[in-house]
Amino acid sequence: MAEEAIKLGREKKSIFIDKVKELIPDGGNLNLCLTCGACSSGCPATGLEGMDPRKFLRMAALGLDEEIVASNWPWMCTMCQRCVYVCPMKIDIPQLVFNARTLRPREERPKGILGSCDMALRNDSGSAMGTSPEDFDFVVGDVLEEYQESQPEFADMQAPIDKQGAEFFLNQNSREPVTEPDEMVPLWKILHLAGADWTYGSKGWGGENYCLFLADNESWEKLTRNTAGQASALGCTTYLNTE
Amino acid sequence: MRKSYGDPIAEDLRYVVKSVVGEENFIDMIPNRSNNYCCGGGGGFLQSGYKEQRLEYGRLKDAQIKATGADYCIAGCHNCHAQIHELSEHYGSNYPVVHMWTLICLSLGILGPNEREYLGDDLKEVLVFHPESAM
Repeated sequence: MAEEAIKLGREKKSIFIDKVKELIPDGGNLNLCLTCGACSSGCPATGLEGMDPRKFLRMAALGLDEEIVASNWPWMCTMCQRCVYVCPMKIDIPQLVFNARTLRPREERPKGILGSCDMALRNDSGSAMGTSPEDFDFVVGDVLEEYQESQPEFADMQAPIDKQGAEFFLNQNSREPVTEPDEMVPLWKILHLAGADWTYGSKGWGGENYCLFLADNESWEKLTRNTAGQASALGCTTYLNTE
Repeated sequence: MRKSYGDPIAEDLRYVVKSVVGEENFIDMIPNRSNNYCCGGGGGFLQSGYKEQRLEYGRLKDAQIKATGADYCIAGCHNCHAQIHELSEHYGSNYPVVHMWTLICLSLGILGPNEREYLGDDLKEVLVFHPESAM
């Protein structure tokens, strides 16, 4: 046994994992790993890029920040949280992964996600396809009219946009109005038959939020405030998120 | 819903599914609830450009669905629908993947001819609401 405790030579620098610990509740329990591997054994992303959740956490704990920045694996984890669910120490690996996405400059993050975020920031819709509020209004009105006529049992069905005082604020995946508008109708019918008082918003109707996935926190917040603000302005009491 | 509010809230959705398709026609996949595996469509994966890895990620989900022997898979959101639909074709099983709203309206007899994009051939012509409005 050594006479004195062995001191490691280098000073501990501020590393990525320490920054994440400061950001999340209870430090995400990031220093409690027992290395049991329950996370990795049930993770569908295990093996991709030679990585798995346990390895990723060990790399962060060892301060291998450059290797973490170089890995594309954080973009292959969907942050589904199964690893947290099965972890005996409830370690928040998904938050570690999410924050690892911020380590690259915005313009060097995956183009498809970047493009979808930028599209959503183009106008008030918040749509990853860049669809304008005017186009959304036109498609919804056009489809509704068509169905009111061709299915007379639904002549009174409504699909309002900006209805003041509606109970439910409903958002909408943008793929439907743009590429398969008929797919919006079954949900309208169900809401109609249930007697639900609902509305879309001209602002923030787009249900998807790729700025969140891009880990562009400022833009993520902007889009979320835009849609939540519209629901509040209309006096809606429940926000229905279809995504 | 399950992610935000936990497993008990998802039981409400099982009630809806069973009411619509009939208790005897509902098959839960294994593992299920919070032990279930993510399909791989979320978190931005669909738009990330890593298609090969995304399909590899989804291999587990596809195997899970096949193992149920069910004729249809119901997807809870758009991301899941797009991913599982692609898995169904990519891995060759070609099971139809549908939205919940499609089955609810079909069971109520109010699903028109143009709202059946994702139904399989076995249900395409069943209980068509206003068939004359087919486009």
